[in-house]
Order: sequence, then structure tokens, then C-alpha cells
Amino acid sequence: MTASTKPSLPEMEAIAARHPHLLHSSSRKRFKAALIGIGVLLYMAFSWWFFSIGHVLANANWGIAGTYLADWVSYEVRPEIAIAADGTMAVSYARNSPLGPNPNPDWVTLEKKTVTRTIEAPAAPQASKPKASSSFNFMAPNAALGGSQTAQAQNRIETRNEEVVVRALITYDRSTNIEIADGLVKATHSGETLTMTVDGADTVTPQGPLPRWARQKRPGEKITLSFGLTGWAEVEGDKVSIRNRFFGWANFLFDSNSPFFGKPYGEVVSLIVSGERIDPARSNLSLAWNNILYNAEWQHLDVWTKLLQTIVMAFVGTLFASLIAFPLCFLAARNITPNLFANQLAKRFFDFLRSVDMFIWALFFTRAFGPGPLAGISAIFFTDTGTLGKLYSEALENIDDRQREGVKSVGATPIAVQRFGVLPQVLPVFASQALYFWESNTRSATIIGAVGAGGIGLKLWEAMRTNSDWENVAYMVLLILMVVFVFDSISNACRSRLMGRKPH
Amino acid sequence: MATSVLSRQLSESGALVERHWQELNARRRLYTLLGLALLALTLFASLWFANDSNAGKFFDRLPHFFDFVGDLVPRDAMEIVRALFDLPSPYDDGSFKYNYADGRLYLTDSLYIPEYFHRMLETVNIAIFSTVAGVFFGFILSFLAARNLTPNPWIRGPVRRLMEILRAFPEVVIAGFFLAILSLGPIPAIAAVSIHTIGALGKLFFEVVENADMKPEEGLRAVGANWIERVWFGIVPQVLPNFTSYFLLRLEINVRASTIIGAVGGGGIGELLRLSIGQGHEAKTIAIVILLFTTIFAVDQFSAWLRRRLVGDQAFQLAQ
Repeated sequence: MTASTKPSLPEMEAIAARHPHLLHSSSRKRFKAALIGIGVLLYMAFSWWFFSIGHVLANANWGIAGTYLADWVSYEVRPEIAIAADGTMAVSYARNSPLGPNPNPDWVTLEKKTVTRTIEAPAAPQASKPKASSSFNFMAPNAALGGSQTAQAQNRIETRNEEVVVRALITYDRSTNIEIADGLVKATHSGETLTMTVDGADTVTPQGPLPRWARQKRPGEKITLSFGLTGWAEVEGDKVSIRNRFFGWANFLFDSNSPFFGKPYGEVVSLIVSGERIDPARSNLSLAWNNILYNAEWQHLDVWTKLLQTIVMAFVGTLFASLIAFPLCFLAARNITPNLFANQLAKRFFDFLRSVDMFIWALFFTRAFGPGPLAGISAIFFTDTGTLGKLYSEALENIDDRQREGVKSVGATPIAVQRFGVLPQVLPVFASQALYFWESNTRSATIIGAVGAGGIGLKLWEAMRTNSDWENVAYMVLLILMVVFVFDSISNACRSRLMGRKPH
Repeated sequence: MATSVLSRQLSESGALVERHWQELNARRRLYTLLGLALLALTLFASLWFANDSNAGKFFDRLPHFFDFVGDLVPRDAMEIVRALFDLPSPYDDGSFKYNYADGRLYLTDSLYIPEYFHRMLETVNIAIFSTVAGVFFGFILSFLAARNLTPNPWIRGPVRRLMEILRAFPEVVIAGFFLAILSLGPIPAIAAVSIHTIGALGKLFFEVVENADMKPEEGLRAVGANWIERVWFGIVPQVLPNFTSYFLLRLEINVRASTIIGAVGGGGIGELLRLSIGQGHEAKTIAIVILLFTTIFAVDQFSAWLRRRLVGDQAFQLAQ
């Protein structure tokens, strides 16, 4: 069997001799692919040099890229622990901490002690005075106002009781924690422990060699401890800065000014359903809704309004564009209007609108209407009149002439010829293309928004420029992706019904 | 229509058919009217909303609609040429408005590239570079996403989802993210445009691959070729003209995209245009618009010509 199907050697040579072009293609053909490949490679190398890509990538701050990416889906809580020379401590949180004004999280364990301090009341500058107590010294302004003699008279010894922190334990996760007591900072991470001595002024001294997760640039300077995704910490001579990272979006519904802040969901629901009115002027439900809409960190109402603007821009712009392109395309189509001058005029007009580009129109109309969706609508309208007009006139030029002739042969008026001979053929195509552009404009409206033409683009851009609101960026991107996905599906479904074919 | 005139002469069953047809027609007309009314309602609500949330109101600003044309009249027509070719201006008073000669990029002591041509070249280069990069990755991904070459849904599905996300992800976010990590420059724009291109081209490519003729592939399978050989010798020669056509189509789109990305911080001509419109430099604005218009038009015409040569008229169907 195999012997009969397999040609013998002379037979194979005969086949090869009969079809030489299959085995030995011309040298031009053979080298064409290689030449194109080499050309592309050379071009890429040139661009690499032209944009100095290697240099830029080498100088990039990749460490911060990880932090920014983590910021998309997580947040940091940042307690600062100030350490005085005598080893006592004070814990403070940033003013706009996601935990609200008086946080007392359970991962920070503080051991407090009341100490009796002796303070010389009108504080002359004293180098050794503990930092923590200086803020309690309310006598100081009076002293500054009075003369030197009265100051002398008021200069009395005062004793008072203060509550200070003597031991603090910060637990990041099961294998990572930092313990601070008696001027010693003890950090434990993945089984290794690093002990550091802090002097309450400006020197940090590690005891023993530094593990891999700790870094100190020069002896005595601050030590940076990085614990990967759970957070990091900075140990300085007089303070320890904790950065504890938590997964999720902080305060997504209620910000820390809201009365519903920090309450579990069950409690919030029961408050809304049956609780006493928090604000006597309105019900709890409207208060809660209001608090969500005007959440200071997430700005839900503003984001939703801007998103709606983007959708409206795409919708109105595309609709107007197809309404204007519809009559004009009859003028541009060779077979409908047999007037070369009118054809060329209409076609060049479309080309002009298209080539000036949506972005340039957006910049001009932002100047005309001021920033906002009107500029975006006009920009989309101008560009898409050109694009849709071109596509429509091409569709008209490809129609079947027999229907038109049939309608004409029964003596119909020119308008009726177009209505019954042409429109039924092209209307589904027109509608389908308008739908496609509506969908794709929803995407491009985002980006022209960034140059001021309204919509979510500008808000997105502003959130990114601060470099600290990446979670808001993630939120808006998620909303945009959802909207694009929904409109994709709607437009695909409509188009497949119009064109009578399977959606792809 | 006039059919009701005939109904008197129809038989009983004929009249029934006629009545049915009239009913159907009336219902259809009602639906069309309802649809149009809904569309009009949405349109007016949208317009009201857009007008309400705009900084300037439509009817207040309408008389100023063509103000920008007035902002575009330079002191004399030669100013545009001077701005375009970086020639010194007679109105030069040391301000940024007339400092055309400052942007020259000297190649030798006397030969220079005018600033706008240099920037335009940069923008076009960004577009070409990112289209080539996008084609490279889109090419590879498309074979993994095609049903006929990758029957395993556990590979195909994730690849398709990946391409969808890359396509729908707003370019401005990618550019902004890279702008935060890298310094100012063209690389954020390259990253944004090429990531979007991978998604967009990947989708078009895999649709072409799914429509390819599978007979060459079967023949190669019969002589024991492995997957890569089957794809390379069986499928790629068939789809290459279409791929090239889509590549050129994408290049047109990317020239525009890289201009816009440039305006939001990615360098190139877009940034200069935004600045010059914002600061009211008439001659510079017109010079840039002319340059941009010419470039986009030239790229479009070149790509149309090449596509027509490569694949014929089918390259001009609506590509999505």
C-alpha cells in the first residue's frame, strides 16, 4: 500500500523538474520577506534610539509603580509614633485618615501609663524637653505677651499628670509586627527579628546585621522596612511611621464625617429602616443617600454626572451627525446625483471634517462653549458627519439599481424613487453604522474629555495627576468599562437584528 | 395607501387578508412613531442635561460659536508660513507669540528642522512604532483566540477576555499611569496606543483567522506538521493581505490617537497645539492645524492606496 502511494526517486525528480517555481522561487521573492523583516527591525532599533526608550526605562521609578498599582485596590492607614528622649511615645494619625478622627484600631496595642511630670511653666526653650508635653503648655502665649519681670514672677514649678504611651505593638499580620518600648524598636518579619535603638533625636542604630527587608543608606539615618503587600515602616530617631495596607476601597459609601461612618452594614440598615432620626429635618434614608452622593473622598454624584455627560455626548453627537450626513450623502453619491461638481464638493467637505480630527474640533469648541459636554457634542458631531457621510455615500454607490428603475418605470416622482427604490436597501446599513459609531464614540468621548470637552475624561485625568487617588481612578475605569460593555452589547444586538446576521 | 379602494371588489377571504394587512401596517406605523417619540424625548432630555451641566449655556454662547475663527486670524498671511518654517517674524517682541525661530532643531550649522515638523515626525513615529508593536502581539494572540486553531476554550476564553480588556481600557488612564512612573515624554503615549492596538487588532485578526480556509492546514496536519508549522505555512499566507490591510487602517487611527494622547501630556504635536490654542497664538495654531491636516490626509491617502493594491475593494468595508 505504502509502496504504491510513495513516488519513486525518478518520479519525484520528474515532478520537481515540471514545477521548478515551487521549489526554487526567484531570488527577489525569497529575499523580499527577509528584507521586510530586516527593515522593520532596523526601524524599531532607530525608534529605540529616537525615543531613548532604554534610557527612560532604566531611569524609571519602578518601585513606585508597584505602590501605585496596589493603591488601585487597597488603602494605607498611617499612624505616626513620636518617640521622646525618655522613651515615652505619642501616637497620632493624619488629619484625613480613612479611619476617621479618633481611630483606635485593634491592630495597634498601646500600653499607657500616667506619669507625673515637673514642668517649668513659661517655657523657656529647653532642648531636653519632651516633644509630647510641649503641646500641652498653654501658659506659653501669656508669657510671650508679658514683660520680663512678670515672666520672672510667673516662672513657677508646675507638676501635672500626663498619660503617655510606654509600649506600642503594631501587628501587620501573623508573621509581621513592630514592637516599640524603652527606646528600642523591634521589628519581626517572616521569622527574622531586627532590633533598633532610637535615641529620641536623630539617630537610629540597628543591632546586628540588617535583614533583606530592611534598608539604611548611611549609619544613623532612617531605616526603611518593607513588608511587601502588607505595608512598610520607616524608623527615624524620634519617630516611627507605620504604613499598614488593607485590601479594599476605604469609606466607599460613607466618609468619616457621616453619622453612619464605621457602623456595620446591619446597623446601618436597621438605622435606616427603624432608627430614630439622626437629623430631625429629614429621614435617615434621605440622610444616608445624601451622605453617599456627597461622599468627600469618592464624589459619587459628581462621577456619575460626568459619566452621564460622556454617554450623552456620544449619543447626541452621533445622532445629529447621522441626521446631517443623511441628506448630504445623497448629494455625494455618484449614482444618485449625476453632477460631478456637487459630488466632489460634498465628498471634499466630508474629507475636511474628518481630517481636521475630533481632537482639534474639541479644542476649538471648548473655547467657543466653555468646558463641558456641549463642546464634546459639537466635536463628535463635526467629525462624525464627515465619517458617516463618507460611509453612507459609499453604501449608496453600491446599491442595486434594479429596484430604483422599477419604481421609476411606474412613473414615481424623484422623491418617491428615493423613498421606495433606494431607502429600503440602505437604511439598515445606515442605522447599523450609526450604532457602531455611537458605541465607539462612547469610548473616544472619554479621551476628548481630558482636553476639556466635558465628561469623565477630565475628572479621570485630574485624579491621576495627584498621584494619590488611584483608587478613584480604578472606580471610574470600572464604571467606564461597564458602560462600554453594556453599550457594546446593546449596539451589537441591534445591529445583528438590523442586518439579519449573527453577532460576532 | 390606495389599496382600500380595491377592497370593494375583493372576495370575502380577500377582504380578510386585506384587513389583516391594514392592521399589521397600522401597528407597524404605531411602533415606528413610538420609537421616534422615545428617541426625540431622550434627545431633548440629553440636550437639556448637556446644556445644564455645561460651563457656558448653548443659547448664550451660540453668537460666539464662530469666535474661534476670529481668534485664528494672524496679523498677515505670511505669519503662518513663518510659524511653519521657523522664520523670524517682523513682529517679534520677545514674547512667546512670535518666537518662531527659537524652536529650530539644527542638524548642521545652517541646516535645521522646523520645530513643528520635528514634533509632527515624533507623533507619526509614535503611531508607527506602537502600531508595529501592537501588530506583533496582536498577531501572536490572534491565533490563540481563533476557534479553528485553538479548540481548547480554557486558552481561547482568557485570551479573548484579555483582548477585550485591553481594547476597552481608556487610553488616557494607561498614559497617565506611565506618566506617573516615567518622566514626561513619548513613552507613555507609546504604551497607551500600543496596548489599545493589541486589543483592537487582535480582535480583527482572529476574525480573519476564523474565516480562513482550513484545507491547507489539514494537508499540513496529514504530513505531521506541528501547531506552529501548521499556522505558519497553512494559515499565515492566507491571512497576511487582510492583516496588512488592518495594520494600515489602524495606522491611520493611531496617528490621530497619538496626537490626542500628546495633548494630555505625551509630547509631540498635540501638546503644542493645545498650548497654542489655549494661549491664543493665531499663526502658530493655524500652522499646526495645516500641518496636522496635511499629515493625516496624506497618511489616509497612502494607506488607502496601499490597501487597494493589496486586497482590492473589500478592504473598504466597514472595519470594526
